[in-house]
Amino acid sequence: MLGLLVFVTAGFPVYWMVNTAFKPAKDAIDPNPHFFPSTFTLENFKRALEIADFWGPVTRSLIVSSVVVVIGIVVGMLAALAISRFAFRGRKIVIVGILAVQMVPLVAMIIPVFLMLNDLGQYDKISGLIITYLTFILPFTVWTLRGFIVNIPKELEEAAQVDGCTRTGAFVRVVFPLLAPGMVATSVYGFIQAWNEYLYALMLMSQQNQTATVWLGNFITKNGTEYAPMMAGSTMMAVPIVILFLLVQRKMAAGLTAGAVKG
Amino acid sequence: MSAADTTTAKVPPVRQSPPSGSGAGTPKPGKKPTAGGGGVPWLLLAPCLLVLVLVLGYPLVRLVTLSFQNFGQPQLWGFQEAEWSGFANFTKILGDGEFWAVVLRTVIFAAGAVILTMVLGMLIALLLQKVSGWVKALVNIVLVASWGMPIIVATAIFKWLFDADYGVLNWLMSKLPGVDMIGHNWFASGPEGLAVIMLLVVWGAVPFVVITLSAGLTQVPKELEEAARLDGAGAWGVFRFVTLPILKPIIVMLTTLSVIWDMGVFPQVYVMRNGHPEAEFQLLTTYSFDKAFVVNDYGTGSAIALVTVVLLLGVVAVYMRQMLKIGEVE
Repeated sequence: MLGLLVFVTAGFPVYWMVNTAFKPAKDAIDPNPHFFPSTFTLENFKRALEIADFWGPVTRSLIVSSVVVVIGIVVGMLAALAISRFAFRGRKIVIVGILAVQMVPLVAMIIPVFLMLNDLGQYDKISGLIITYLTFILPFTVWTLRGFIVNIPKELEEAAQVDGCTRTGAFVRVVFPLLAPGMVATSVYGFIQAWNEYLYALMLMSQQNQTATVWLGNFITKNGTEYAPMMAGSTMMAVPIVILFLLVQRKMAAGLTAGAVKG
Repeated sequence: MSAADTTTAKVPPVRQSPPSGSGAGTPKPGKKPTAGGGGVPWLLLAPCLLVLVLVLGYPLVRLVTLSFQNFGQPQLWGFQEAEWSGFANFTKILGDGEFWAVVLRTVIFAAGAVILTMVLGMLIALLLQKVSGWVKALVNIVLVASWGMPIIVATAIFKWLFDADYGVLNWLMSKLPGVDMIGHNWFASGPEGLAVIMLLVVWGAVPFVVITLSAGLTQVPKELEEAARLDGAGAWGVFRFVTLPILKPIIVMLTTLSVIWDMGVFPQVYVMRNGHPEAEFQLLTTYSFDKAFVVNDYGTGSAIALVTVVLLLGVVAVYMRQMLKIGEVE
């Protein structure tokens, strides 16, 4: 019973978005809300695609998110490996440092980042946005991948080394295949984070170069908000993300929990 | 993360060195351990540290220097050199009553959101252990759906749900006998509007907490719970003395992250108020943003951002101690 209550409360906003997206725009602003769409229409989606260039922002978001994730995973995995499989002086400092970096709120950094990109001539450039996204994607990848690596027993590697593998060989043949699902989960998750980022995208890109999240703001005009097409646009942006999320969340939770309880 | 970390990269560290007891294991420059083959971890770390120093270290240093400078439009365009102004930016904001009102508002907002998130999250996680399989699956799907929802999309939806004239909530509440909420503007007053925003933040944050805690709950040994029950502990006793201590590291991590996220709430306020939050909606983040980009006073904006970071450091200290403790167990 309580479970169902949670279900309804938590799910209603999502339901309302999809519901509004498919009902005629005039029903959307009826003072007596229609809880079920009486007529099913795709008109809002058409309108959403017309209101401003839709594919441009989406393509830019795709490029930014993919590149950030690729760099983040490669660089992050090397670092995660170092802090989870090697005992070395300063390891603790590095761990704490990487954690501390996650503590700095993005908003606090927006001013210097803005000035830095301005100085570098990277303002309003996709490459500039990629650089800034690494600030939050990289620490996150290191931390979660570390969670996945500590879950793989060291003994497996040692056994392979006993059987004549080098340390690198043991890693490539034993750990890497076991780590693959964790890497996929981390990539997807990082992709979503980059895709959803709003503040930097808003501040560092001009109207012509906006990303998908900022594009949604186009529905809020001086003459009011066009809710029905906005919900259609939101649905188009949210549904693929939510599906991706559903696919990887179990793995992510496992990795994060391992990272929290295991050294 | 400082430049010192990268310079130590050339020092071959001793492998398998025992963790130094004091917790201050900084490699001292000049004292070079001679054991060979230990440079591997630093080699692996180098790209990551390099990127972080460039994309985070530099802006962080710049943030600090900026907050001691007079930096506005002319300096941005390079017409004028940035001049040092000492503590002027800080004395200006610290002597401003509005600033303190914003600080207080932010702290209350963040504390409210964190407490609500953690309590609700814990309750739902415990509840999920009790319910039947299909209800659990259903709740999980919804939780993940709301977790994965882009913040900006969620904000748009909440704005719509709480719309004065056409929002579902007002309509639904007016169905209750004796209540007429049609046309009620939730955003007419700061506290009420921020309460709505807090609800939005909590709605988005609870799933992460529930899912992580649920994963943690599976690690609580059943035997321990049973033993406690045999010793006469009630449901609360089992939770208080068995479940809670085991979950402690996860709870500390979740609380710390929540504090950081909720102190950093920005798009929710910015989008809800159409990009121009009124004075009574200002949180430290939007306030700093306004000072920098609306008034074009980057120095003051940076000073406010820096104060926010310092405020957060208090909470972070607790988390750090926890992390260090975990590091020592090994």
